[in-house]
Amino acid sequence: MPEVQPKQQRKTDIGPPHYEKFLPPIIKENYGRWKYHEILKPGVMVTVSESGARLYTVRAASPRLLAIDKIRAYADLADKYSNGYLRFTSRNNVEFLLSDESKVDPLIAELGALGHPVGGMANSISSIVHTQGWVHCHSAATDASGVVKSVMDELVDYFTEMKLPGKLRIALACCLNMCGAVHCSDIAILGIHRRPPRVERDKLKAMCEIPSVVSACPTAAVRPATIDGVPSVEVIEERCMFCANCYTVCPAMKLNDPLNDGVSIWVGGKVSNARTEPMFSKLAIPFLPNNPPRWPEVTEAVRNLVEVWAKNARKYERMGEWINRIGWPRFFELTGIPFQKEHIDDFKHAGLTFKRSVHLTH
Amino acid sequence: MPEKKRKTPKLDELEKGAWPSFVKEIKTAAEKNAMAEDLLGQLERSYEEKIGHWKHGGIVGVLGYGGGVIGRYSDLPEEFPNVSHFHTMRINQPAGWFYTSDVLRKLCDIWEKHGSGLTNVHGSTGDLVFLGTRTEELEPTFKELTDLGFDLGGSGSDVRTPSCCCGMARCEWACYDTMALTYFLTMHYQDELHRPAFPYKWKFKMSGCPNDCVAAIARSDMSIIGTWRDDIRVDNAAVTEYAKSGMNIERDVVGNCPAKCMEWDGKEIKIDNKACVKCMHCINAMPKALAPGKDRGACILIGAKAPIVEGALLSSVLIPFIKLEPPYAELIDLVDRIHEVWSENGKNRERVGEFIQRVGMGNFLEAIGVEPIPEMVAHPRENPYVFYEEFFEEESEENPKP
Repeated sequence: MPEVQPKQQRKTDIGPPHYEKFLPPIIKENYGRWKYHEILKPGVMVTVSESGARLYTVRAASPRLLAIDKIRAYADLADKYSNGYLRFTSRNNVEFLLSDESKVDPLIAELGALGHPVGGMANSISSIVHTQGWVHCHSAATDASGVVKSVMDELVDYFTEMKLPGKLRIALACCLNMCGAVHCSDIAILGIHRRPPRVERDKLKAMCEIPSVVSACPTAAVRPATIDGVPSVEVIEERCMFCANCYTVCPAMKLNDPLNDGVSIWVGGKVSNARTEPMFSKLAIPFLPNNPPRWPEVTEAVRNLVEVWAKNARKYERMGEWINRIGWPRFFELTGIPFQKEHIDDFKHAGLTFKRSVHLTH
Repeated sequence: MPEKKRKTPKLDELEKGAWPSFVKEIKTAAEKNAMAEDLLGQLERSYEEKIGHWKHGGIVGVLGYGGGVIGRYSDLPEEFPNVSHFHTMRINQPAGWFYTSDVLRKLCDIWEKHGSGLTNVHGSTGDLVFLGTRTEELEPTFKELTDLGFDLGGSGSDVRTPSCCCGMARCEWACYDTMALTYFLTMHYQDELHRPAFPYKWKFKMSGCPNDCVAAIARSDMSIIGTWRDDIRVDNAAVTEYAKSGMNIERDVVGNCPAKCMEWDGKEIKIDNKACVKCMHCINAMPKALAPGKDRGACILIGAKAPIVEGALLSSVLIPFIKLEPPYAELIDLVDRIHEVWSENGKNRERVGEFIQRVGMGNFLEAIGVEPIPEMVAHPRENPYVFYEEFFEEESEENPKP
């Protein structure tokens, strides 16, 4: 006889737990009463309350993609050093929230032993915000985690030290959908497709609505067509700018292409309002090949950009502020990046990006 | 237990180096989990072939929700059967990403039982991401999550999981309580968050000050960024300390002021607060000496998005200053009016920013009942092509016959 289960109430729409449950007592007591903060050394910050209370934050790098074993290891460290309290940052770093300053250095040592460098504060490179890449995404033009790992292995000293002129924020998106704020980053690494979608007709018929595929195209490159008596779509190839919006709407419009997919590099964006207004990143390098597992061309390009900026920028000057001061011709000269046709905008309102003065250095 | 250990020479290369390795993470999970083992195999294949092997499409989820689960399938299911389904679950994070070790362990236990044992902490929008499980595991996972007090986040054309900086919990610059507002909006819009009914996604992001640590201005349809209206608070004794410690206040602080509203005579900072644009630079440079004023609130901006479909947009000013205190009635009223106009008139996959571009900001403002003001523009229009709607039909006192 099967057991009769009592009917259970199915819970929905409960939302996340209230954050207060997870705040350490020192934060609850000083919530909204913090007076100032001070960065004591790379990755370590003290926040001081009007009451005199001192909260120590230790920030460590994380690969974002974490096994539950690692999360449990973080939990163990939190129990040992921060009364079980920890948080994560908008750039996927882990932060331990300590009330006891004497525990800071032992915690840093244990994080180091676990393979998680401490840093990412003030004038440093914080962790790279990134997307899923080949680990989980259907439209990825490159991997995300592998490129990030390769670049950060090269730049890790800029994470663990504070030797840069200002902040440097790097982000990676594995296609133009940009599931990260890469379009406003000091350096953006962006996966790109370079060939139009290949229409898989049988699949399209079974899976997609033709009107929504057609209307998905921002340049009207996709239009309805009857092929061999079957309703389908055709692609006007010269109109396609490889955005992959049609593919997101319809899996039968596949763009992924190992021969032509790759990486582009963008520079000079920021989201902070400090000094200058937020800016979009601009194209620096139109195309670099996918070269797993270490993406040496990408790694080298990013290292070069960081070093040229670090050498030439003034204190506090972000990448975009530095370029605005010296001008783009000088940027291309100093970085040694060749300027080519692809750098010149030809989408909507492109004329606004042309140089419309004789303010030039010679 | 996974049946066999695959050879992954390319990925093994990424176990080396000083930065924490995601390959080590996948391998750790693969010791106990067949899904993680097949993920490793499929990823190695991608590294060999330079192409992804995932398919999207089809609707998967939990009963009664339209969002929160991203359906994903391997296109090599025969070779990698354990990732034939590899769906993502987005779990709405606690505001500010604060956790206790206890609750993290319980979340891990759930995922050990029902999924790959792999996560993203966190995903781009802010959710805690459970990476990879089968369709039949979704409902049992959801049951255990709700028993623990967690719920799914947003996906598709719905209110996406709101996220915020740590605000008043750990930052002296928070001009409003970002975590309280995030929690409030998340709870208030539960229906809109779980059941996609908009033209496209809608993101709220809350930053406590103009430094904008969650990139609200670049990434959210409604960006709520803290600011203040009164004078920057100055402790001149502390300014002098910074100067003594070697800071070049004239060059690095005053010289970087975009409004040119500061003076430093070696003893005192003087600020013309009427001219200050609240950029944060001087406060960032000298956190012990300067602080935002006390009349604090937020600026509400609208319309940011990444490039898909018509190009990237930054948010632009909608309400220059608003006090944000519970019950947030003015804000909710504004959001509801925007949602109504956009839902009614937006096209499929048209973010509100693109909708505004299409219909015109002036028309949009009229539709949501907000008066146009100069704070909304960088400058007035440069072209003369005005779509006038009003004209005289007959002579009047105002318009006499010539």
